[in-house]
Amino acid sequence: MILFEVFLNGLLLGGMYGLIALGLNLQYGIARILNLSFGEFFVGGAFIAFFTIMLWKLNPFLSAFISVPIAFALSWLIYRFMMVPLIRRAPDQDALDADAVLVTFGLFFVFQGIALVNWSGDLRGYSYLSVPVHVFGATIALNRLVAFLGACLLALALYVILRYTRIGSALRAITIDPVAAGLVGIDVRKHSALVFAAGGALAAVSGMLVSTFVSFSATSGVEYTLKALIVVIMAGVGRVTGTLAAGILLGVVESLGGYLIDPALTIAINFALFMLILLVRPTGLFTRA
Amino acid sequence: MPEIIDKNRWLIGAFVLVGAALALLPLVASSYTISFLLLMFANVALATAWSFFSGATRYISLATASFFGIGIYTLAITHVYIPVGLALVAAAVISFLVAIVIGLSTLRLRGVYFVVFTFGLTELVHQVINWWEIKINKTATRYIFSDVSNVTIYLTLLAVAFITIVGSWYVSQSRLGYALRAIGEDETVARHTGINTTWVKVLCFALSASAMALVGATLALRYPYIDASIAFNNSWSFQVLIAALLGGVSRYWGPMVGAIPLVLLSEFLAGTFPHHFSIALGLCFVVIVYFIPGGLAPLIESYWYRLRDTLRTKKAATA
Repeated sequence: MILFEVFLNGLLLGGMYGLIALGLNLQYGIARILNLSFGEFFVGGAFIAFFTIMLWKLNPFLSAFISVPIAFALSWLIYRFMMVPLIRRAPDQDALDADAVLVTFGLFFVFQGIALVNWSGDLRGYSYLSVPVHVFGATIALNRLVAFLGACLLALALYVILRYTRIGSALRAITIDPVAAGLVGIDVRKHSALVFAAGGALAAVSGMLVSTFVSFSATSGVEYTLKALIVVIMAGVGRVTGTLAAGILLGVVESLGGYLIDPALTIAINFALFMLILLVRPTGLFTRA
Repeated sequence: MPEIIDKNRWLIGAFVLVGAALALLPLVASSYTISFLLLMFANVALATAWSFFSGATRYISLATASFFGIGIYTLAITHVYIPVGLALVAAAVISFLVAIVIGLSTLRLRGVYFVVFTFGLTELVHQVINWWEIKINKTATRYIFSDVSNVTIYLTLLAVAFITIVGSWYVSQSRLGYALRAIGEDETVARHTGINTTWVKVLCFALSASAMALVGATLALRYPYIDASIAFNNSWSFQVLIAALLGGVSRYWGPMVGAIPLVLLSEFLAGTFPHHFSIALGLCFVVIVYFIPGGLAPLIESYWYRLRDTLRTKKAATA
């Protein structure tokens, strides 16, 4: 029974990883920019939720009305004014990756430094919806369940947009081949900017959802960036639909491994799984060979 | 070999002179200057070692902190049983072996995958060692009992920095250096021209790792105690990376040029305003990529050539 509870907790946690990684996969898989300051948007969303409930005594989910527009606009500006010049001068994807990694590492330091100066490095957390719920005999916290359902809903919405709308087909075309997409009349820059901004907004939303049950600090961002990257590489870069499943797999392995081996080793377990996938299937689990 | 030495006798002479002057400095300098300069040497050695592998091959490694930490831990564990000098050698050897294992399994990853892997590696080693220390050793810290003076540490680090720079220069002139650069230009082409790319990559990765471990082990002599978060601190990886890129990885002396202003900056900012230092470091990254993508070294070199040319034409005009 305990094992089932551990599994369920891993499932819920994995849903969160999946959601976080979805944002990163939009940015890296479709817009082709590896954004290492991604986790800072997550932390920003978490902090705004924290202030909404602690300072203004409002429902933390209302914070999305502030954090989503900010994250969207800021990501759009980063793409438009910092990434486009890099894309213009890069001879190939490898060179672009190297430049993007360095610039977004720089942004990561700047954002984290600003967060530390303003909000200090203390761990923050609040209690919201932390009531036990019984599911098939196992006990889990309601906030985790709500966050998981939110993640599934967002993933479903994203899937529907990508699958059944005009803009979605344009984005899928860009994922497959940006040059050919341009040739058939798709404005690649505009769509990429849009999807990059949407990725940033998703990071802020997932920060808000996760902040209801995990404490965080100004320096937590990098940990989530790393986990999101692991999930993206596990799922396959650009494989948006597989991302949630890969996230859940990581969450379950982490949860079971932490319970069966030692909770102090969760990062090590994550990383071992990541290495295994890199060495066995470097293109990701959900790609066609 | 004698040809290469003969062709560069002025350069070698200058190197030896500067090295000797710095080695004699402790006779006159204050202990603050010594402590400051030894940190400088440590950073110069790390940045040069990083650039030796990552600059030439364009495999951006964030594993510096891993090897640095392996050096620290090797010293902390072994210095109780064996002489300090031997412990330093052990640090270099162990790091070399670990790097070979890591290199063989990961150096087929390209680009972003390699960056992410090396970044995560430090976190992994950090957590595993922390777990080991608490679970098996029942204590998270290790004390360092050393009576090695600051001047000795200073001289050791000077020697390490010196050897790293000279070694890096020497290899850059050798067949191995050309092979490394060929891999950086185009790995497939390099393989087709008959270079054993795996062997070259793994060997150079391991050489660079052992220099990093040597720096870590020497610096550890200054610490009263260490733990996993001191030894495996990711900020070492970033600072070294940025020093090398600021200076420019296309010249063997570039990383040295980059490390000097960064150490000065961290000396003035990190103690009093650590968060502002992180912001400054971040802005450094951005400025480098947009404005000086090749680093400072090519700029300095072109100024130097221009200066030399004007001097020569002046001399010719007067003659």
